Amino acid sequence: MAVAESAITRKVVERASGGQRTRDLLFRLALLLCLFIAVLFLGVLLVDVVVDGAGFLSPEFATSYPSRLTPDTSGVRSALLGTLYLMVLCGLFIVPVGVAAAVYLEEYADPARWYNRLVEVNIQNLASVPSVVYGILGLAFIVRGPIDIWGLGKGQPTLLAGALTLGLLVLPVVIIVSREAIRAVPPSIREGSLALGATKWQTLWKQVLPGSIAGIATGVILALSRAIGETAPLILVGAGAFQLFDPKVDGPFSAMPIQIFNNVTESKPVFQDLAAAAILVLLILLLLMNSVAIYLRNRYETKW
Amino acid sequence: MDKTRSDAASTNTRRGVSASPGLPRALPKVEARDRSAVAKAAIFKLRDVNVSYGGVTAVEDVTFDLLENEITAFIGPSGCGKSTLIRCLNRMNDLIPSAGVAGQVLYHDQDLYAANIDPVQVRKRIGMVFQKPNPFPKSIYENIAFGPRVLGMKGDMDEIVEKALRKGALWEEVKDRLKSNAFGMSGGQQQRLCIARTMAVEPDVILMDEPCSALDPISTGAIEELMLELKRNYSIVIVTHNMQQAARVSDRTAFFNVDKLEEGKRVGKLVEFAPTEKIFTKPDDIRTEEYVTGKFG
Repeated sequence: MAVAESAITRKVVERASGGQRTRDLLFRLALLLCLFIAVLFLGVLLVDVVVDGAGFLSPEFATSYPSRLTPDTSGVRSALLGTLYLMVLCGLFIVPVGVAAAVYLEEYADPARWYNRLVEVNIQNLASVPSVVYGILGLAFIVRGPIDIWGLGKGQPTLLAGALTLGLLVLPVVIIVSREAIRAVPPSIREGSLALGATKWQTLWKQVLPGSIAGIATGVILALSRAIGETAPLILVGAGAFQLFDPKVDGPFSAMPIQIFNNVTESKPVFQDLAAAAILVLLILLLLMNSVAIYLRNRYETKW
Repeated sequence: MDKTRSDAASTNTRRGVSASPGLPRALPKVEARDRSAVAKAAIFKLRDVNVSYGGVTAVEDVTFDLLENEITAFIGPSGCGKSTLIRCLNRMNDLIPSAGVAGQVLYHDQDLYAANIDPVQVRKRIGMVFQKPNPFPKSIYENIAFGPRVLGMKGDMDEIVEKALRKGALWEEVKDRLKSNAFGMSGGQQQRLCIARTMAVEPDVILMDEPCSALDPISTGAIEELMLELKRNYSIVIVTHNMQQAARVSDRTAFFNVDKLEEGKRVGKLVEFAPTEKIFTKPDDIRTEEYVTGKFG
């Protein structure tokens, strides 16, 4: 009797066979290898950039103008300012428009209506349109469109046009992320608010938006960090490089990616190192923005 | 929305609201105009109310009167439409685009679904407590203050908050931590906070949609005690799955049942509406008796 029992027990809790364990181990190794390849390439790139560019990094590098003639004292002032201006203007454009669009789609739009469904499908698709297409759009309809008509650009490329183009580029991302943040606020919160006699407007401003602000802010910052890393749209709307003056909203401008690109195309080898240093500046900026996004999410996110 | 609006006066025939010993006399059999001290006034009069979702009827032909300063319980098996019906009483069903209400829902003889009625105004007068406690992600204080603030109520907010928390039988437990987040409270406390929050805007009626279904027996007891306390000043309608709860707290009980139609369609119907004691001891309808004795549902 006892013997039979132990046989059964052994059968039930039988250990995994050697073959199974080997397979499991191999699979884990394969996963690690994939991770390693991704991290390795990033690491090599980063080390290479740091080795080439770190020597040029100094406060003066950020505050002096770039120069083709005196590379040793050349900096990125005009490009860095241009990127910061672009970021602010782009943010001013995408936050109200993106959040308002998301609020409409989540809180007001009737998904049964064909035009609302059309807008939704369009936004999903616009998020994956190549950035150069937005550049062409910006050139045709912003630089040569309203900006020119208003007389702002006087026929010239302007920072405002660049910011609006980048804004259009990342707007779909902002809308999608904001919608997700708004959707994360449970319907019971809206019901609770309405049941107290609050209007839909009050419910939106005092419950739904405060409850989704962390998600929206995170999405906006990540969208902006994508925007300032873009090169192609800015080339098309006419951003310059090696500019010896600070950018103006209604005038010509430069930007970090453009400056990097132009440094790389210079023939003297020292410009390669200057490009690396500029890349480091841009990376630091992006890292800062992502840290802010992570901080905001951890600090203000509501755990429903 | 309004498919059929029948004449209110012609449909005042119901079962079981006639005289019953031991309880205050029900409405006179004629029209409910008598507002003397003996007969309580009807706060809600429902006349042939039909509720549908996307054209499919969920509750059919409900006609009854709910009285002031009473606790009315809606009981019945799942899918009988009791939650659907209670959500018509303060126009919460408006939030579901496909929902349609036909017939008349009269509140103090005013049709809540008339074209000139603003649902926001309705919900100011008729508050609601939900199945799952839904405190706002704010402090206890802010949870209470939200309603009075959005309604622009005058007066000292600290006082309003204290008064509401006292009405919700919560003041003693939370007075030292008004600034802490409401999410840190127990489920029972959260639900009492939601009741207190409703009290803060001084409604006339409180609708409760299974307020205790997510709570343990002790919290449930606390809320039932609170309801009995509140009914002196408020009219309460409660949907409950718990028959003992209906028997313990309510003055009148409406029993709803599901009618299974052909093609698997189901529709909720009011079977019997009577003083609670009668529903649980000698109901008129055999289905009521079977339900309250646990034979189905």
